[in-house]
Amino acid sequence: MISRVGTFCRFWYDFIVGDDWRIATGVVAALGSTAVLARTTTLPVWWVVIVVVLILLPLSVRRAARNSMRQNRNAGNN
Amino acid sequence: MGKGLSQSALFVVVFLACLVEAVEALTIVLAAGMARGWRSAFIGCLAGLLFLVVIVVAVGPAIASIPLDGLRLFIGGLLLIFGLQWLRKAVLRASGNKALHDEALVFKSTLAAARQANTESSGAVADWYGFTLAFKAVALEGLEVVFIAVTFGANQHNIPLAAAAASVAVVLVGIAGLALRAPLTRVPENLVKFVVGVLLAAFGLFWSAEGAGAHWPGGDAALLVIIPAVAVYAVLLVALFRSRSAVGTPRVGAPL
Repeated sequence: MISRVGTFCRFWYDFIVGDDWRIATGVVAALGSTAVLARTTTLPVWWVVIVVVLILLPLSVRRAARNSMRQNRNAGNN
Repeated sequence: MGKGLSQSALFVVVFLACLVEAVEALTIVLAAGMARGWRSAFIGCLAGLLFLVVIVVAVGPAIASIPLDGLRLFIGGLLLIFGLQWLRKAVLRASGNKALHDEALVFKSTLAAARQANTESSGAVADWYGFTLAFKAVALEGLEVVFIAVTFGANQHNIPLAAAAASVAVVLVGIAGLALRAPLTRVPENLVKFVVGVLLAAFGLFWSAEGAGAHWPGGDAALLVIIPAVAVYAVLLVALFRSRSAVGTPRVGAPL
């Protein structure tokens, strides 16, 4: 029973969060910051999520590209 | 951005997302049918579609009842995470850091595996392996489409249009699959996934920020800047990460 619940949770985690949990965490943090800033200041806050996405996406792609290169190199050595 | 344009975007995103997922599901169903017999594959396919309809009927009205700001924050955030996942994979594929999705290869390997599996029958299902293979393909590939259709449709207050877009894509792919009896390798899946990733990320970004309390300059018209900006940024990332030690050289039809 517990293993089925674990499998169910893992499926939804993989489905929603995907390969890189940092993207989900970054998006949640960006939206939280936007919500706080929108309620506590009069400054425009539409740019917060954009800035986070501009940083998150290349970092995530770079991490995956490096892993892929490392795996290729290891496969080539074997 | 007029309501008509938003509704068109809804139709295009759901149609394209459904098109690629349906093509992927068709490949597996065809392999199941050819290797294990059509009856079990067909029943598995129908059971998968029924499972997806039940999810839409159960989840759709619940999501549509969430107040708009909360809906945009929650659903927009999920769409943004989902869109960034699609875009990340699309950039990796187009830059040669991840193998391009190849339907012919998937079909060949699934067919070979299906031919080797043992036959077990259960109730009305003559071949449990063929049934499960087809069911899983339709249910799992379809789940992403259901997620996109329900979230996008709820945000635009038009789940029926999202359902119509998904249905048109499924019917078109189904007819083409029945006519050809072969995987639809000519559908530019990698390019379509790139476009869907851009649209999901752009709309997710817009809605989630709005739901969190941000006011976009120009209101809805900001989407006319955000969508091309996300596309250009993704293309720039492809150029930046294009690698010489590529997994597979991007083929014609892949972005960049």
